Amino acid sequence: MSTITITPVATFRTDDPYPFCPGCGHGPVLDRLNEAMIKLDLDPAKVVIVSDIGCSGLSDQYFVTSAFHGLHGRSVTYATGIKLANPELEVVVIMGDGGTGIGGTHLLSAARRNIGVTVIVMNNLNFGMTGGQHSTTTPEGGVTATTPLGNLEHPLDICATVGVNGAAYVYRGSSFDHDLADRIAEGIRRPGFALLDIWDLCTAYYVRSNKFTRAGMEDSMRSWGLEPGLLYDRQTPEYATAYRRIHADIAGKPTPRPRPVDATHEASLDEPMALVVAGSAGGKIRSAAKIVALGGIRSGLWAAQRDDYPVTVKAGHSVTELWLAPDEMPMAAVSAPDVMAVISADGHAKAGPYLAAMGADGLVLTVPDFADLDTKAQVRVLDPKAAPKRIPKTSMGLVYLSAAIALTGPYPIDALREAAAAGSFAEVNLEAIDTGVLLARS
Amino acid sequence: MTTSTAPRREYVDGATAIVRGAIDAGCTFFAGYPITPASGILMAMMRELPKVGGVAMQGEDEIASIGMCIGAVMGGAKALTATSGPGISLYSEHIGLAVMGEVPLVIVDVQRLGPATGGATTVAQGDVQFVRWGTAGGYPMIVLAPSSTPESYELTVEAFELSERFRCPVVLLTDKELAMTLSAVDVDAYPDVEPVARTIKDTGLPYSWAPADTVEPMRAYGVGDAFRFTGSTHDEGGYITKLPAKVGALNEHLVAKIEDHRDEIEMVDLDADEPADTVIVSYGVTAGAARAAVGRLRADGTPVTGVVVKSLWPIPVTSLTEAFAGAARIVVPELNVGLYRREIERIAGRRDVIGVNRIDGKLITVDEIVEAAR
Repeated sequence: MSTITITPVATFRTDDPYPFCPGCGHGPVLDRLNEAMIKLDLDPAKVVIVSDIGCSGLSDQYFVTSAFHGLHGRSVTYATGIKLANPELEVVVIMGDGGTGIGGTHLLSAARRNIGVTVIVMNNLNFGMTGGQHSTTTPEGGVTATTPLGNLEHPLDICATVGVNGAAYVYRGSSFDHDLADRIAEGIRRPGFALLDIWDLCTAYYVRSNKFTRAGMEDSMRSWGLEPGLLYDRQTPEYATAYRRIHADIAGKPTPRPRPVDATHEASLDEPMALVVAGSAGGKIRSAAKIVALGGIRSGLWAAQRDDYPVTVKAGHSVTELWLAPDEMPMAAVSAPDVMAVISADGHAKAGPYLAAMGADGLVLTVPDFADLDTKAQVRVLDPKAAPKRIPKTSMGLVYLSAAIALTGPYPIDALREAAAAGSFAEVNLEAIDTGVLLARS
Repeated sequence: MTTSTAPRREYVDGATAIVRGAIDAGCTFFAGYPITPASGILMAMMRELPKVGGVAMQGEDEIASIGMCIGAVMGGAKALTATSGPGISLYSEHIGLAVMGEVPLVIVDVQRLGPATGGATTVAQGDVQFVRWGTAGGYPMIVLAPSSTPESYELTVEAFELSERFRCPVVLLTDKELAMTLSAVDVDAYPDVEPVARTIKDTGLPYSWAPADTVEPMRAYGVGDAFRFTGSTHDEGGYITKLPAKVGALNEHLVAKIEDHRDEIEMVDLDADEPADTVIVSYGVTAGAARAAVGRLRADGTPVTGVVVKSLWPIPVTSLTEAFAGAARIVVPELNVGLYRREIERIAGRRDVIGVNRIDGKLITVDEIVEAAR
C-alpha cells in the first residue's frame, strides 16, 4: 500500500512586503487571510483574489493565488461571473469601504443571490488612497477631508444590508481580532455569500482627525449601533449550484432549429405588396400580421413585418407594416401601402401619412366610424355588425387582414387557414379568418 | 416530403439569429439587463443557454452584467452581452476593462433613438461613433454591423471569431428594426459554422507584446497554475507598473494587435457597377433601402456602385478607397446626424459626400436615397 504525503502550502504570500502605511490595518487583515487559506489547505491555483480599488486594491499582488484587479466597486460583479463560470474556484473579494458605497447595488444583489463568494471589507471609515475623503461608512460627525465640520450622513450598516437580504454568513470585527483567521476560513468554507466587515485603522487620515483607536474600536461600533461578532449564519442554497440544479433537466436539450414552414400552396402575387394594419395595442395586431405572413410563406412568398407600438405594450397604437413579396427583398419601410386596414381610433391617429401617400389603386379597409378617411385610395367600409357573431377586439386585426387577403388575393385563403391552424389560439383565429372572408364578400 | 427545390423558410427576428449565432459560436455565458429593444436577446438567452450547459444571468444593472461577463470569460467561458444606447453608456468603464485586460467578449448594441432614454421602441443608428469611442483612452475597437437576419447570425459568429483572434471586446452594432423585425429567412441562408476555437495556456505570463502585435493565448482561472489579471497599466505578468517603457509597450500593443491586422477585419459587401459616378455607402438597417435604391437606379439606367460596410471599425479603408476610385460623389444614408459620413469624407478626398439622414425614428426610404443619388 502506498501513501501519499500531502504537504500543506506553507504560505500564500509572496516575498514582497506590503505597501501599506505604518500602523495601517490592511496588512494584518491580509495576514489573517493567508492563515485562513493555509488552514483550509486551498490550492493557490484554485483561488482567485478579486481586488477592488483603493489601498485595499493593492492586496492581490502580495499573494501567489490567481488575481483579478478590476474597476472601483465592481469587484463583486467579476467575482460573480468567475464563480458562475467555474463553481469549483474559491473566489475571495477584497474591497474597502469605498467599494461598498460605489458598488452597493452589487453587494446587495450578490447577497440576494447568495452567490458563493467571500467578501472581505477592509473598512477604515474613509478613502485612504485619494486623500482621506468620507465614505459610506464614515460615522456621523466624522471629520474627513470632505467633511471638515463633521459628517452629516448616516453610516452604512454593511452587515445588516447584506444580512437581511440573504447573505449566508456575515461577520463584523476588526483587524485586531485574535480569531479573525478562523472567521475568514468559515466565510470561505460557507457555500453561499459570506461578508466580513473588518474595521481597521487608517493611520494616514482617519485616526489623525478623529478619536478613533484600537482601544475604543468595539465601543465605538456599539455606540453607533453596529454590533460586532457573527451576525448572520445560514445554510441556504448557493446560487451557482442552485442554477445548475434547476436547469439539470433541460441541459443537453436545445430547442430544435431552424423551424421552417413548408410551402404547400402557390401564390399569385408577382410583385411586392405592402399591407399596413393600424389598430390598438393589446389588439393582437402583430400576431395577426404574423399569421398573414406565415400564410404567405406557406405559399412560397417572402414576408417581413415591422411593428410599431408604444413602450406600454397594451395601451395606445399598434401599427404593423407587412411586406409580402415573390422575391427576397431588403428590409425597407412602407411609405405607400397597397392595402391598409384602419380598425381603431389609436390606429386612425397613426394612419394619416400612409393614407396620404396611397394612390387611387390602393385599398383601405376600415370600420364605419372612419368611412370618410382622407385618401385617394378606394375606401371600403366593412361593418363588424354584419358578422354572424360579435368580433372580439383581439380578433379585429386578423378579420380585416383576412378580408384584405380575400379581396386582393396574393395567395390562397387556405394557406392562411393552414397558418392559423398550426399556431396557438387556432380556433379563435380560424373563426376570425372566416369572418374576414365573409365580410369581404358581403 | 418536400423536394429540395421547395422553399424552406422560417419567420424569425434578428434577436433570434444573434442568439443562435452566439450559441453556435460556443457562447456559454450571458448577462444582461432588461432594455428595449435588446430584451429579446436577454430572454432568449435565459431560455436557451442553460439547455446547452451555459449560464445566463439578469444582472442588477448594465455595469454588473458586463462585469459578470468579463469575470466569466476569465473563468473560462465565452460570453455575450446585449443592451441598447443607455446601457452602452453604463458599459463604458467595462469596455475599457475588457480592452485593457484583453478579454474576448461580444457586446451587442441594439440601437434605439437617443440621447438619454430617447425612444425605446424607435430605430436609430446614433451609436456608430459612440461604440467606437465609448471608453477612455481612444484605443481601437472592432465593430461589426449586420444588415439582415442571416447576417445577424453570421456576424455574431464572426464577432466571436474576431474577439478570440484579437483578445478584445467586439461590438455587434444592430438596431431595433434588425433585432425585432420578423422576416422570412431561407434556412439555407445560415452558413454552417464551427464553434469558435480558443487556446488557453495553462502556465506562463498572461500577457505578451513582443512584437507589439502579438496576441498571446489567454489564461483562465482554474486552468493550470495561478495567474494575474488587471485593468491597471501592467507588465506581462499582470503586475501594476508605471515604468514608461513598460506602459508604452503595453498601450502600443493594444493598438498594434488590431491596427496591424486591419486586413483580417475588413468586411464590405461591394456591388460594383462600372463606370459608376456615384457610390452609395450604407450599413445596418439602412442598407436595405440602399440596396433597393441601387437596384432602382440601375433599372432606370443610372450606373451606381453600392457598398454595404459590415466592419464599421476599424474603417475598411482599403475596400472603400477601391470602391471610390472613379466615382465623383458618395451618398451616405444613415439614421443619425451624419456620424459615419465624417469618416467617409476623410477617405473620399475631393469627392462630394452627400448625407441622407433621418433622426425622427422613421427609416430612410428608397425614394430618399434615389433622389440623393440621381
